[in-house]
Amino acid sequence: MKRILATIAVAGGLAAMTAAQAGEIVIGQMTDRTGPTANVGNPLGDGVQDYIDLINSQGGVGGHTIRMLEVDNQYKVPPAVEGYQRFKSEGAVLVGLYGTPITQALTADLQKDMIPATSPGFGTAASADGEAYPYLFPAASSYWSQAGSAVEYAKQQMGGLKGKKIAYLFYDNPAGREGLPVLRKLSELEGFTLNEFPVPAPGIEMDNQARDIARRFRADFVISHLFGRAPSVQINALKRAGFSLDKVVSFVWGASEADVAAAGGFEAAEGYSGIQFAGVGDDFQIRRDIEAMYKAQGKEVRESMASTVFYNRGLLIGALHVEALKHAVAANGGNANVTGTQVRDGFRAVSDFSLGGLMPPLNMGGGDHEGGGWTRVFKVTKTGFAPATDWFKGYRDVVFGMIKEETAKKN
Amino acid sequence: MFHRESGYYKTSYASDSALYPLPIARFAVAGFAILFFVVAPLLVSSYYLTILNLVGIAIVGALGLNILVGLTGQISIGHAAFMSVGAYTAANLATRFDLPFWITLPAGGLMAAAIGIIVGFPSVRIKGLYLAISTLAAQFIIDWFIVHTPAISGGFQASIQVPRPSVFGIILDTQRELYLFILVTVVIAIIIALNIARSRVGRAFIAIRDQDIAAEILGIDVRRYKLMAFAISSFYAGVTGVLYTYYSGVANNEFFPLVVSIDYLAMVIIGGMGSVLGAIFGATFVTLLPIAIDLFMTSVGPYLIEDTGALSGIKSHMRLILFGGLIMFFLVVEPEGLNRLWLNIRSYFRVWPFSY
Repeated sequence: MKRILATIAVAGGLAAMTAAQAGEIVIGQMTDRTGPTANVGNPLGDGVQDYIDLINSQGGVGGHTIRMLEVDNQYKVPPAVEGYQRFKSEGAVLVGLYGTPITQALTADLQKDMIPATSPGFGTAASADGEAYPYLFPAASSYWSQAGSAVEYAKQQMGGLKGKKIAYLFYDNPAGREGLPVLRKLSELEGFTLNEFPVPAPGIEMDNQARDIARRFRADFVISHLFGRAPSVQINALKRAGFSLDKVVSFVWGASEADVAAAGGFEAAEGYSGIQFAGVGDDFQIRRDIEAMYKAQGKEVRESMASTVFYNRGLLIGALHVEALKHAVAANGGNANVTGTQVRDGFRAVSDFSLGGLMPPLNMGGGDHEGGGWTRVFKVTKTGFAPATDWFKGYRDVVFGMIKEETAKKN
Repeated sequence: MFHRESGYYKTSYASDSALYPLPIARFAVAGFAILFFVVAPLLVSSYYLTILNLVGIAIVGALGLNILVGLTGQISIGHAAFMSVGAYTAANLATRFDLPFWITLPAGGLMAAAIGIIVGFPSVRIKGLYLAISTLAAQFIIDWFIVHTPAISGGFQASIQVPRPSVFGIILDTQRELYLFILVTVVIAIIIALNIARSRVGRAFIAIRDQDIAAEILGIDVRRYKLMAFAISSFYAGVTGVLYTYYSGVANNEFFPLVVSIDYLAMVIIGGMGSVLGAIFGATFVTLLPIAIDLFMTSVGPYLIEDTGALSGIKSHMRLILFGGLIMFFLVVEPEGLNRLWLNIRSYFRVWPFSY
């Protein structure tokens, strides 16, 4: 009887659902607005929404409106599975994923249902291999690519790696450990000493590791991969241990405005740098366009727009999805009834699309679904983030070779 | 009201100990069987079957925890860890030895039961909050151990892709096929749980829950039965983990964090401790309520709030508020859980229209 009630309760929702109408393209987007990563999920989700709204206000894709469904998965698997099926039942032709465990839980279904999905900055590194994972797009940068970029950046900063000592300070969970194989391989190739410093959850106490890095191991460079509160704790712990922040580079989830603010502001964290897969800062035309859209509607822009690191990533996700849809609609003779496979091919057709410098020069054709593993390092200055490099790929041949090895093992 | 309870004479031991002695109960059970085995898979759309699948998996886990917490009175905050033990056991067996699900499913349960016995050892000496903390430790130890043992976790990402189960050569990979697979498991789990509760073992559990010293004086081997409760409960958790693994096609320890243990504890408490029906109610309630609220807010929200951008944030937070509020409401109305609420309604209608 319990389940009867369940069915009745759910039937109410059913009535509210409508099928995709003509001239409308349905896409799904997951976020985390109330779960453990809500600090990322809110600005990121807002960014995606604003971009889609902007495109719709400009007439949509080939004259068709995009209807974006959003599900807050709270970084949990069961709500994400339910949300994905909801997207599917409403006819979504692409899904923006959110969260590594969620990406893994949905990989098999996405492939079976032939619906393409993006997992920017998280998910499985091996899914960059478009032959083994035809419907997953880890654009713009997986943890493996980030590891390659971090070593490349360290090399640039120190003018060579031979005989140097690099510390990898990481959150001791599967996501944190994922950078390890690439770093170990590169330490063999380049001849630097790699020492691993795991930080147990929740990562709010790091003085031991910091002292170890600064005094005992005497690292020449620190590559860190932390989440949540941990990046800001790390900045302070390394400073206390007397380690210069100029010699620290963080992975993509450890260098946002919120992290810097929690560490005591831009002046306190000066020199700290972080890898990014979307441009950071306010200086992009697309942000002006969104402000203009809000102004035309007589509304204030959202507060989350000030969190440029995550908001701009949301813009990147939205833009990538729209770009893929444009290609798919064009390939479908301008009609809105595109299939998932057409959208997948649309993703593969994306190239030389930079959104005024906000996006890296992704090229997702040719079997590389990550678009090349592009990253850019931004450094903390007294007034905000400033680019320290141009868009670059670190050790792409090595990383992609490892990706190929990994997928060959699975099959 | 609808049926008579008098006039049915139990003339044999078998009829005396039947699970459903009254014909109305048998008809009801048969009705539900037809509903869930025939009507639901034929008529319900794939999306709603997804929800039923998630509810079904949660029911198995809640039934297990109910045996430990509700029947035996031992608290455990490590239920999710046993799920990951089951998940990785099944995943390794399925990928390394190509074993079918009818071996991996019980094997995952048995491995979880073995670990459960070890984790249950402190229960021999300690009770209540102290036991809660020691099972909490188990949650973290098991998690750490799995993540740091590549031989179990399958590498740095701690995730193993598992092929979907197959029956007679048919690969169960649609929601409808998986629904039947999960449904059969749930039915078996319910039947076993019902029988445990009314057997010698179950009565020993209840005796320990109510007063362990008195139980020992009665001749119940408290140590043995406490460990048995841990083993059975962990077995259920292990099977739940295997179901999650087959359902999503991947074993991943991030599916089973501490908060999942808390969720299951909530299911047992909200449903009503110590009853099988309560565990089913609780699992359904906790799984379904956020989805129902979300669907409701999605359909009604746009009429209440014009700003569609702000709506998605408000919707998410409203879901948390309503979810918490409704749990409090139901527990205030009936502290003994949804099951007691149902029993009250049933006993009211049993004699209706007479009040006694």
